[in-house]
Parts: sequence; C-alpha cells; structure tokens
Amino acid sequence: MKNIYMDNNATTQVDPAVFDEMKPYFTELYGNPSSMHRFGGQVGVQMKEARQRVADTLNCEPDEIIFTSCGSESDNTAIRSALNAQPKKRHIVTTRVEHPAILSFCKFLEKKEGYEVTYLSTDTSGRLDMEEYKNAIREDTAIISIMWANNETGNIYPIHEMAKIAKERNVIFHTDAVQAVGKIAIDLKETPIDMLSLSGHKLHAPKGVGALYVRKRLPFRPFLIGGHQERSRRAGTENTTGIIALGKACQLAHDNMEIENTEVKALRDKLENGLLATIPDAILNGDKDNRLPNTSNISFGYVEGEAILLMMDQLGICASSGSACTSGSLEPSHVLRSMDVPFTFAHGSIRFSLSRYNTEEEVDFVLESMPKLIENLRKLSPFSAEKEAPDCAVKK
Amino acid sequence: MWEYTDTVKDHFLNPRNAGKIEDADGVGEVGSLACGDALTLYIKVDEGIITDAKFQTFGCASAIASSSALTELLIGKPVEVAEKLTNKDIAEYLGGLPREKMHCSVMGQEALEQAIKNMRGEAPSKAEHSHEGELICECFGIFDEEILRAIKDNDLKSVEDITNFTKAGGGCGKCIDDLDRLLRESTGEGACPTPASGPAFPAQGMTNIQRMHLIESVMDMDIRPTLQADGGNIRLIDIDRETVTVEFMGMCSGCPSSKITLHNLVEAKLREKVDPEIQVKEGQ
Repeated sequence: MKNIYMDNNATTQVDPAVFDEMKPYFTELYGNPSSMHRFGGQVGVQMKEARQRVADTLNCEPDEIIFTSCGSESDNTAIRSALNAQPKKRHIVTTRVEHPAILSFCKFLEKKEGYEVTYLSTDTSGRLDMEEYKNAIREDTAIISIMWANNETGNIYPIHEMAKIAKERNVIFHTDAVQAVGKIAIDLKETPIDMLSLSGHKLHAPKGVGALYVRKRLPFRPFLIGGHQERSRRAGTENTTGIIALGKACQLAHDNMEIENTEVKALRDKLENGLLATIPDAILNGDKDNRLPNTSNISFGYVEGEAILLMMDQLGICASSGSACTSGSLEPSHVLRSMDVPFTFAHGSIRFSLSRYNTEEEVDFVLESMPKLIENLRKLSPFSAEKEAPDCAVKK
Repeated sequence: MWEYTDTVKDHFLNPRNAGKIEDADGVGEVGSLACGDALTLYIKVDEGIITDAKFQTFGCASAIASSSALTELLIGKPVEVAEKLTNKDIAEYLGGLPREKMHCSVMGQEALEQAIKNMRGEAPSKAEHSHEGELICECFGIFDEEILRAIKDNDLKSVEDITNFTKAGGGCGKCIDDLDRLLRESTGEGACPTPASGPAFPAQGMTNIQRMHLIESVMDMDIRPTLQADGGNIRLIDIDRETVTVEFMGMCSGCPSSKITLHNLVEAKLREKVDPEIQVKEGQ
C-alpha cells in the first residue's frame, strides 16, 4: 500500500538533494570542524556555507545564526537567555496557542521559578487581539514570545507588527518560526525580531538539527555551556551532517516558496473545499484568509479523531488530530480549546498538512475515501446533529 | 501511536453488534461528547438470559473495541453472571489495553451496570451523577466511589493509574491531591497489618539514632540510585517522629512527576524498610 503523507507539520521527508549533500559527511568527511588539521577544517568550510544559506533564507548575517539540536532547544534557549540577561525582569508574554516547547516551558517557569506569564487569548478563529497584546507588555517584561505560524491550524500571526511594538517598548521579541520558514517570506532586515527559532525536519532536512537566530548585539546567555563551538554560544560538537543538511534545505525552501504558495496551496484548497462540500457537519478550524498555504484543520462532528486517523491509516493516509485520545492526554488540543471549538467538534479534528511532494491524485484519493469513512464511524456513534449530548457546548 | 493488540484492532475495524435495539429491555448511556467518549449499550433479556446486546460508541479505537468486546461477552450470559463482569474482563478479552486507555474498559462496565439497572426499572437509561459521594474530578465529573472501585478492582498503585483508569485528574489536575488521598485511604486499608498477627516492622524497637541510620541507609541503597538513573537526587532534611522531610535535587527538582515519585518510591520504600507509619513530605 502506498503512503499518502499529509502530516508535514509533524515532520517532512528529507529532500533527496539534502540527503546527497549531507551523505559524505557521515562516511568520508567525518572530521571535527574544531580540529587543527585540514581534514577537520574542510568540514568547517562546508558548515560556514550552510550558515550562509540559512542566513540568506532569513535575510540576516551568518554570525547571527546559532545551530541547535531542534526547535525546542532553540525556543528554550531564547527564553532562558532573555531571562538570565535581565534578572530584574520577571514577566513573560506569550499566547495560549504556542507549541509545548514554549508553553510547557513557560508553565514550568511560572510554577517552579516564580516568573509571571501572560498568555494571550484568541478569538474563535484563533486570531490574537492587538489591544490585548499591547496591554500585556509591562515595564518588567523580559521577553515576548509569539509563534509565527500555528502548527495545528496554520494561522499566521502579525509578527511584523508585534515585533515593532515590542521594539518601541524596548522588550526582547522572540518568535517560534518552526512552521513558517519556507512557507512564508521572512525578512529579518525588515522585521525587528530579536530571536527566531527554526527546525530542520519541518523543512525537508533531517531530525536533530535546528537553529536560533540572535540579533547582533542582543545580550545573549548560552543554554549549553562547555566548548567554544558556535562562538561559545552553544557548546557541544557540531552536528555537522545535520547542519550541512539544514543549509541545503533552507536554500531549497527559499527556492520553493513560490511552489508552496501556488501548487501546494491549490492542492490544499482542493482538498479542503472538497471535504467541506461532501461531508456534512464538517467545519474548518482557523483563520481561513490568513494561514499557511499547506495546512487545513477540519473537524468532523460526532466522531472522534483517533478513530478517524486509524481508519485513514488503513488506507495509507497519514494525518494528525487534536483529539484528546491521540495526544495521550484526556482533553482536546489546547489550540482548539483556546478557540472555543465546541467539544462536539474539537474531538473530531483532523489536521492535513501538505508538502511539495503531494500530488493531485493523492488529494483525489483522500476526497474519494473520506466521506464513506466518516459516514461509517458516524453509524457507530450515539450522537448526531439531531441527538447531541446537552453538555457538548460547554466552553472552558 | 498506540500499541493495540490484534484483537483490539480487529474489534475496532470490524465491530461486533454495532447499532441500536429499538425494543431493548435495558439501555445504559454513559460518558458525553464533552468527555471525549460515550457509550450507549442496549440489552435484550429473555428469562434471565441476555439474548442480544448492541452498542453505539463515540470515541477512540479502544473505546469502540471495548464496547464491541462487551457485547460479545454479554450475549448468551445470564444477567446474574453478566452483572459480575468488570472492566478487567473487557480488557482481558481484548488481550489487554494500553494503560492510558483502561478508562475505555471502565466505561463499558459502567454502561453495563446502568443498562441492568434500567432493565430492572431502578434507573433511567442515562447515567446521572446522583451520587451520594464526593465529586473529585470536576473536569470529567468523577466521584470518589468510582475512583475507589477502580483502585480496588484493578489494584491501582499510583495517581497516574487512577487517571488512566477513570480519567480523574486528566484535566486541570486540581484534584491530584484528592486522588492521592483516596489512594492512601484505600491501599492503607488493605496493607494495614492486623495488630495481633502483623509482622514487626524493621524499625520496631530501635533507638532514634538507629532509626535515623536505617532511614539514611534506605535512602542510599534503595532510593538514590533510582533517582540518579534519571539525573536526579534527593537530600534528607529532617526526621520528626513519623514525618520525614526531603528535598529533590537535580532533574527531580521541578520534575512534574516528583510528587508521584515522593509517594511511590520514597515513601513506599521507607514504609517497607523502616516503618509503615512514615509520611514523607517535600521541604526546602
């Protein structure tokens, strides 16, 4: 059975060109870039090229890039650095819909280290309120961390505007751009962001590599302390293969951005419109007009997400769900709850996230399969539009 | 991805007895959309024998499989026998469920109880929480009696397990302390040695200094290595009669499950190897 992979916000296929680029550095060119001999030194040269490519993609300087092990490390480093550099400031501004790499860390800081955190709310489309944002910033705000694009809904946040406000108020601004890089244009010369996180495996590089952009002259405190790697800003022998792969992947992402916003978007729209048209009681979650071009989050009422996913899995279709059961927790996704998606629908949400590797045939196959699949599960369900549990509209 | 047994997968993909019985003799409705899973069970009874059972389920694969298994277990059984089925029977029939999914089997047991009560005219089909007991988990509406029963039936040993089996504590987490209390209450009862024949505990008759040394050695031999394996450590702060105060260090300090570790590891070991009356608390 062929896999139809529509779970690219979870992780992506390594681009064959990326794999080719990194391969020799496993087997032949395995030297340590810190070594004094040429054998190691040549790896350093290639790493420099990779750093340049990442910088070009973001339009920043190469020495503003710190390579890390993943998006979560970049996120944690950014927040910890801002807090450590400004010990008197004890307040953080973020949103209720961040990735756990930010959200869980903020909850930890709040609970264990006594920091104060303001979590910005969203409306039912998942949009932030600029007034609420402005009012949340305080004299003692150490850092503002707002994701550029949401992993579940694909919603894009007004980072340019928010970063400008932060700058006016003299507060460090960080953005988790893990889902945004390669899908929307990012220009760090234009947008006054202080720190930005990205992750390799979301843009067709392998897992285990990420990067943190730190604006020049921003006070920085390293997270990992040890050797002098990354100009002493991130100790640990470099993941040379991963870094070289990330460089190539960023270059390709930059070149393919157009495709993401035309071809991938067209496939996404076809999929989304088709599903909403053919399946009753299906709703779109998110900000329809301001989303990543590859993401569609659709809730199918009266059925549960894990059951849908496993039925899809039988057909080789890979996607994700914001239902409680899939996460191992007992409540549906914090993003959907923040948007007050009724429970009737929150438990049955499915996220399709496409990439440039998806084809129209695949979309057609999904469109053919889904109506029957949902109908079958609904036959098992005690609920329907006519018979809803009375407490299903409970809002949290 | 969950590791489901082949039987679970089979019952999910090919559910037995799905649907409604229009002229059912007993109906049990439990759960709700809000909770993320719900089951309506229909039974048909003839001369004390369950002749047919059908279900409708909203929920994940294990909820659907548990419902399907339940109907298979019921059909052909006398009501008196069916009544004694527990969630464990459902899970066993399926070759086991992931621990986090055990609440699906509990839902089956609850629906069965409700359907039998409904058949006897003792209750409406829909389970209403007209419990006498105390509401413990507000997020999922779980009462103490349900939790105590799950602890007893399944021999639960940790707060985490209570959540796996009943969902209580899986929402805001505010009731974790209550769950901990219920766990102590119920396991305390079972574990308490009868005064007449109970074996003497290790620290019985020891002087204070001897007892203190014993606590230190249990910490060194039985507790610290486990914590160190996870990059953590523990420090003894004080011993005041039955109360032992400790501080978690390294990875353990601030670990979200440190509370569970405190009871399941530290306290359990000290009770076992020193004195069953010991209570451990965290201090700084």
